[in-house]
Amino acid sequence: MKRILILGGGVGGTLTANLLIKKLRRQVKAGEVSITVVDQTGQHTYQPGFMYIAMGGERAEKLQRPERGLLDSLVSLVVGEVDRVDEATHAVQLKNGERLSYDYLVLATGSRILPEAIEHFATEAHHFYTAEAALKLRKALDAFKGGRIVVAIAGMPYKCPPAPLEVSFLIESELRDRGLRDKSEVHFCSPIGRAFTIESVSEMVTPIFEEKGIEVHTFFNVEGIDPDRHAVLTLEGEELPYDLLILVPPHKGQQFLMDSGLAPAPGGWLPTDRATLQVGGRPNVFALGDATDLPLSKAGSTAHFEAPVVTERIVAAVTGREVNHKHGDYLGKVMCFFEIGDGKGTLLQFDYEHPPRPPKPNQLWHLGKIVFNKTYWHTVPKGRV
Amino acid sequence: MTDMLTQPGAKRIVDARGSFCPGPLMELIRAIRESEPGQVIAVYSSDTGSKTDIPKWVEKAGHRLVEVARRDDFDEIVVEKTH
Repeated sequence: MKRILILGGGVGGTLTANLLIKKLRRQVKAGEVSITVVDQTGQHTYQPGFMYIAMGGERAEKLQRPERGLLDSLVSLVVGEVDRVDEATHAVQLKNGERLSYDYLVLATGSRILPEAIEHFATEAHHFYTAEAALKLRKALDAFKGGRIVVAIAGMPYKCPPAPLEVSFLIESELRDRGLRDKSEVHFCSPIGRAFTIESVSEMVTPIFEEKGIEVHTFFNVEGIDPDRHAVLTLEGEELPYDLLILVPPHKGQQFLMDSGLAPAPGGWLPTDRATLQVGGRPNVFALGDATDLPLSKAGSTAHFEAPVVTERIVAAVTGREVNHKHGDYLGKVMCFFEIGDGKGTLLQFDYEHPPRPPKPNQLWHLGKIVFNKTYWHTVPKGRV
Repeated sequence: MTDMLTQPGAKRIVDARGSFCPGPLMELIRAIRESEPGQVIAVYSSDTGSKTDIPKWVEKAGHRLVEVARRDDFDEIVVEKTH
């Protein structure tokens, strides 16, 4: 029997499992192939919804569903925390003592946030990368009566590069709606020399920042917080005082990947081939989504477009045929919605060879994002889009 | 990709070709944050803006620009982390 083991029940792991079963159903039923997903909670979380807990009245319970219900019934699910990958014996050791062998290993283990890596983060700053933190931010915004709101980035890479811009726009809109705009300043701090990394998008959003009166600070990479002076400090040697501070926390890959020798410290990102998605030249180990070190957005969309590539390569290997490169080579495709506030949005779509050419912001793209969020459970994890 | 550090003291290569989001400068900032002072980092970029964007940030952040060179179909920008 060929054993396919997938670590992680997020977008990438769940979709890969469901795409694999579509191609290998006969072999699985015949007992020739097994597909197993390992997830540490058994709950699938729709992370893009966190921002809307802080900004749009979303509820945490609507963003989580049992992983079992999203997986095809022929895919096995093991709930447990991974301790280590033992490459010598082709096995994954779980912390509960269980040991799972594999012939093909898919690492869809995502990223983790480390707010604690910035001293005083817990007491001074907010973020929106967990449901709890987003709810805490919502309460802080509700209590906000005016002052300076600073939105900045405290680590690289981070999930969803447009998110801090979206939050800045949405907060500014909210302050206007609540009659607090005259008593407030909104500051957005960009790590690079313009508002957004993609030049065409930056050119599109810069006048929107100006129109909304949001002050943009460039080359601003947060390194620390001075709690006594309520100021955020940068590695470029600058500082900016705040009344309400929203920071994108530092992110890393999973610790067990570093402990297992699969990913280098300190980042823990898997060295991944940009076309084959194989890890470190290993023919039977693949990575997708946030876990890779590819120079791409850490976003569910990236995993969404990588999953068919991993699927094609494993199916080809299991069935003993050549890889169909049309489906088995990843070309860097990413597609995501971008909120600019006031009920408007746009769309970013690009790959390794083609930069995004975002359409003029309008209500349709905002509605597109809302519809995508609402229908996610029935589409993406099940491989229907 | 991409991010290779073969031996102590070796130049760390960040292959950010084809990166539009987060982009080559963001990839360099990641590598700088993860490195120790004295580390030399070479960024490969197919974004024509990098050869101006990256030196501007390097100057602002107080690191050392070692080299900007045109390779076959990309730019190699070499930076030393100084602090």
